[in-house]
Amino acid sequence: MDAMMTVMLNGAPHPCGAGTSVADVLREIVPAGRRVAVELNGEVLPRAEHATRRLVQGDALEVVQAIGGG
Amino acid sequence: MDRATQDHADAFIIAGRTYRSRLLTGTGKYTDLEQTRLATEAAGAEIVTFAIRRTSLKAEGGGRGLLDVLPPDRYTLLPNTAGCHTADEAVRTCRLARELLDGHKLVKLEIVGDPKTLYPDMLETQRAAEMLVKDGFDVMVYTTDDPVGVKRLEDTGVAAVMPLGSPLGSGLGIQNPYNIVEIVERSNVPVLVDAGIGTASEAAHAMELGCDGVLMNSAIAHAKDPIRMARAMKHAMIAGREAYLAGRMPRKRYASASSPLDGVIAGTP
Repeated sequence: MDAMMTVMLNGAPHPCGAGTSVADVLREIVPAGRRVAVELNGEVLPRAEHATRRLVQGDALEVVQAIGGG
Repeated sequence: MDRATQDHADAFIIAGRTYRSRLLTGTGKYTDLEQTRLATEAAGAEIVTFAIRRTSLKAEGGGRGLLDVLPPDRYTLLPNTAGCHTADEAVRTCRLARELLDGHKLVKLEIVGDPKTLYPDMLETQRAAEMLVKDGFDVMVYTTDDPVGVKRLEDTGVAAVMPLGSPLGSGLGIQNPYNIVEIVERSNVPVLVDAGIGTASEAAHAMELGCDGVLMNSAIAHAKDPIRMARAMKHAMIAGREAYLAGRMPRKRYASASSPLDGVIAGTP
């Protein structure tokens, strides 16, 4: 089994396997077809980089979406 | 001037794009997404604002999202910074919104500084406006109804200024109409009342004062029948705008009969 690591996902610890990509995490937590935006360690991570960007221990991910508000 | 020309002459332009509807609506406080969709449609809104929040599978249980019922190809989406307390948080939120919507530049800046009144924190708002304009955003900014503060915001290069009529969600209408008129008279960018509207007459009031538009959420979502109120607001906006353009009659202290006095049957010839 791959070594495990922990990243921060939307403010909470999230265990995942070493070498996990941002896209892998999104597949776990985002409903299919939902439009989201990702911030990695305080910087926006463009959609085009989700599949190729591998996470490392301690990375902080924010995943956001549109929601009703005034 | 024919009707079409007149409508054209009264164009409502935000950040270079022309709209028919001067009513902007929020998408919060509805019972579900279907009600959000129906109310937005009934209001005739073309620009709709929404919040940016962390994705949570648990909170939503999958299903449709807001952007599925209010698709970007049909509406001009106006992501807002509600919930942000500092300029840095607001800028981060806007950058995420830009990524979310593939390079979209129009945002609503809103930084509140007090939980009870939800009054704007004007220092942070000013700072955020400067940063966002520099970063290429078209900023519609929620502000107090202080003409000096509003002018200062306009000078940063924002796309529109949006003074409150009264506190957010209060439904108290326009508490300081003379300030709103002052802001309208001295602004070179569109002025929209962004908070406090409670019912149709208050939306019409904002428009009669010369505002370019109104943004509302609670007035529709918290009405007993939101869809019907959305429709009422649509008509109120048109009525208020037309009355403003028509120019109201002067107020007089005494009566003035509308029917001629000549030829009354009981009169002396």
